[in-house]
Parts: sequence; structure tokens; C-alpha cells
Amino acid sequence: MTLFASNSAVETADQFFVLAERWIVAHVPGTARALVADVISAVALLAVFASLFAMTTVLERKGLGRIQNRYGPNRVGPFGILQPLADGIKSLTKEDIVPLAADRWVHYFAPLVLVVAAFSMYAVLPIGRNMVLANMDAGVLFFFAVSSVMEVSIFMAGWSSKNKYSLLGAMRAIAQMISYEVTLILAAVTVVMAAGSLSTVTIVEKQAGYTGILPHWFVLTPWGFAGFVLFMIAATAEANRSPFDLPEGESEIIAGYFTEYSGFKFALFFLGEYIGMFAMSGLGITLFLGGWTAPLSFLTWVPSYLWFFAKLLFLIAMFIWIRGTLPRLRMDQLMNFAWKFLLPLALIDLVAAGLWRFLPNEAVRWIVCSVLVVGSYVLLGRGLARGWKLEKRVYRFAE
Amino acid sequence: MLFTIFAIVTVAGATAVICLRNLVHSVLALIVTFAGLAVVYLLLGAQFVGFAQVLVYIGAVAILIVFAILLTRNTGADVRVSIDDSWVWSGVVVAGVFAVLAWAIYHSSVSHSATLAQPATTTQQIGNALMQQYALPLEVIGLLLTAALIGAVTIALREQKEAR
Repeated sequence: MTLFASNSAVETADQFFVLAERWIVAHVPGTARALVADVISAVALLAVFASLFAMTTVLERKGLGRIQNRYGPNRVGPFGILQPLADGIKSLTKEDIVPLAADRWVHYFAPLVLVVAAFSMYAVLPIGRNMVLANMDAGVLFFFAVSSVMEVSIFMAGWSSKNKYSLLGAMRAIAQMISYEVTLILAAVTVVMAAGSLSTVTIVEKQAGYTGILPHWFVLTPWGFAGFVLFMIAATAEANRSPFDLPEGESEIIAGYFTEYSGFKFALFFLGEYIGMFAMSGLGITLFLGGWTAPLSFLTWVPSYLWFFAKLLFLIAMFIWIRGTLPRLRMDQLMNFAWKFLLPLALIDLVAAGLWRFLPNEAVRWIVCSVLVVGSYVLLGRGLARGWKLEKRVYRFAE
Repeated sequence: MLFTIFAIVTVAGATAVICLRNLVHSVLALIVTFAGLAVVYLLLGAQFVGFAQVLVYIGAVAILIVFAILLTRNTGADVRVSIDDSWVWSGVVVAGVFAVLAWAIYHSSVSHSATLAQPATTTQQIGNALMQQYALPLEVIGLLLTAALIGAVTIALREQKEAR
């Protein structure tokens, strides 16, 4: 137990940023304090997640390169890690081309709305103990409300470009986002039901504590595991990432809704998309993976924000892995998957979460909920695949 | 102060919805109006209603309108409107509705009690009310919406069959 000997040092490391902010705020005249505190938090969030975005671009290109048997960026800096800097300078200095036919104002505002909405989502994410910008009573609802604004910005971009590929991409994106939003919210509702609160901070608090060395995360229950998987699948679709990247299918519709954007506005779309993906992952962490709490009881001395970012990087790695592994879905597969498979499973999961709450015996509720979740998954999957003729694919060339 | 700003934004958005000659621009202006209304709700301390306003009206209703417009009309061209007799009658109807509403609001007891105690409603209270006191109305609305959904699908299916 030597680890716990320096308890106050652990506490200081954990609350370092909170204390630093309080120290700065204490040096400001009284009336401006609330404003300064908010500005500091907001600037910190912007800086941290924008640099995470820069880091992720190079990690993703390196990771995809590894998966696809090539090098990835390796020219700028050691191992190519300064690539985002070069990309940033390039996008800042490029000419900003607006098509003559484009609707100038809507075209201009679309990327701004996207980035503002994407960053607003972080306001309710607790990234560490006492580290949340706004602890709102209806935090989860705020998150989904703001994320729905991103759909509007995508429509604005696609429509205002006056380009058929842009419009097609935007319509695909909106259809996809509406479809998967249902599953996303239903999966989140299970946690809201279990925690009895819409506040992200309360939801994390409900997952604190350990049984033995294992934490009380919602993902470690049958309904929570199913909810987490459903949530992450829907989040992948919401972020327009492979295998749900039809809205941006380069080989079909060039780049979808941001075809007609160049230079820094293009970079803003890129930024908005990644920031949105991080935010979705962050909500997934908050709802199912215990937020900033440590995964094992003897690891609680590690500062809480490090756990949040470790979990976030883990999910990002999964996203990159999935992108490098899975082919793109077809439009009808996409819709069938959402409405015939994910939605029923999400509804059944909701019932399982309710049963979990009210069944008295620990063993009984484990068995009942597991059977409900796994059984519905197997039966629904079998039922939907009944008409399929799945055979081993035979290649007639290169034998 | 804040209320004045957002009231102006809301009313300006609503005016733009009527005045703009491009349907998509009108929808975007409508979104500004919805957002302004949401902020007004938030200023009144109604967090749940404010966020639900954004989620439902911007995230669903506005997107639905956009889909309806894009699927039914050529959106490139601006709509030209000529003023004719129907404007007079619709004007009369609008004035009548406004008069009735204004009369009702003016004579209601709520607008005359000088200081209302601001109810501190938490989301939890709203949830409890919906699940306990108003459980039946909620279920009825759910049933109604399901019926509407099935009806819409049925109509769409029939049209598809006729097309073939």
C-alpha cells in the first residue's frame, strides 16, 4: 500500500488543472470571475481537443498505412509526426475558392455552424473529477440537441454548393444521421434510466465504486454491454466514418457535401467531423465506461483526466482499426441495418435495462438480461439472414 | 437585456421566413427562429423544454421540411409571388386569429398576477410527472403517433405498388 502513502500528492495531481484555474480566477476582480472561469475552461477544451485532432490525423494515417501495408506519412519531422503542422500551413495558405453558382452566405456559414456545434458538445462532458464546463441538469439532452444541429450544417454545405455530388452527399448524410440517431438516443436512454439522471456528472458518479477490483461501469452489465455496442455503432454512423462513410464516398460522389470547399474551410469540415467523433466517443465513455473513473480499484491514484483520455485514445484506435478493416456499406444495407436490426435490439435492450432495475436477485437478473440481449441478437440476426445465400467467394483469376 | 436580443432575433427570423423568396432560405431562417425560441426558454429557466425544442424542432422538424422541399420542388429558382384577392382574405383570417389570441392572453389570470413565483422545475420532476400523473395521456399520444406512422407507411406502400 505504498502507493497510497502520498495521498495529498495524488490529490494534487488529480486536481492540478482545477486548482490552477481557481488560482488564476482568484487574481481577477470579483465581477469578472465567472466569465474568466468559463473562458479559461472553454479555451482549454478548444486547445486540447484541437491538438488531439492534429495528433489523430497523423495516427490515423500511420495506422491505416500499417493496415494497408504501406508507410503512411514519413517525410515531415521524425517518423512524420510533424505532418499535421504541414497540413495546417497548407490549408491556411491555400486559396479559398467559392463556386460562382454557390449560395455565398449559406456556403460561408456551413463550416462555422458545424465547428461551433461540434465544440459545444464538450461543454457537458466531464473529462476529469470536477472538470466539466457546465454541469447541467439536462446535460445528455443538451449533447443530443447540439449534435442534431450538425445535420443542419451538413445540409447547408451540401445545398449551398449547387453541385449534384454535394447535394447527394448531404442527403445521404442526413438520411443516415436521422436513422442512426434513433438507435444512438435509445442506447443512451438505457443509461439515463439506470442512473435516474440526465446530468453527465451524476451518471459518472453512479458508476463510481468497485466490487472486488472491478468497477461498477454500466458496460459490465448485459444491457450496458449491448447498449455500448449499439451506441458505438450508431456513433460511427453519426460521425460518417467507415463503414458508414457513404456520404463521403470518395469513389462515388467525390467527397460528398464538402466537395466544393477548399483551403481552410475544408480543414474546418475535417476538424468538425473529428471533433464530433471525439465528442461522441466521450459521451460513450461517460455513459458506459465510467467517465474518468479508473478501470481497476488499485489504479485510482492515476489522475482522473488521464483515464478519460486513455479511454478516448482506445476508442479512437478502434475507429481507425474498423476503418482499415471493413468495406463500405451499400445504401439499402445501411438502412436495413439501422431500422431492422439496430432499432429492435435497442428497444429490447431498453426492456432489459428496466428488468435489471426491478429483478431482485443478482443471479436471476444476470441470467434473464443476458438471455434477453443475446437471444434477441441471435434470433434477429438469423431471421434477417434467412433469405441470404452465403457461399465461399471463389476467385477465377490468379490461381 | 438578453431577452430583448433574443426576442429580436426570433422575430427577425420569423419575418425572414415570410419575406425570403427562396424556400431553403426560409427554412434556414425558421431554424434561427426555433433556436431563438429555445434560448428564450432557457432564459426562463426551462432547461428541459429549451433543449427539447432544439432537438425536436431543429433536429427533426426543420430537417423534415428540408426533405419535403427537396423531394417535391426545384429549389434552385426563387419563388415569385403575385399579390391578389386571396391576400385580403388570408389577411382577415390572420387578423382574426391574432385578435382572439391576444384577447385570450390579455384576459387570462396569468398575465395579470404581478409577480409569479418562478417554479424551479428540474428534469427529474418533469420525468416523474410524465411517468406518474400524466402516464395515460403520454401513452395515448404514443398510440396516436404510432397509428400515424403506420398510416404513413401504408400510404407510401400503396403508391409504390401503383407505380409498378
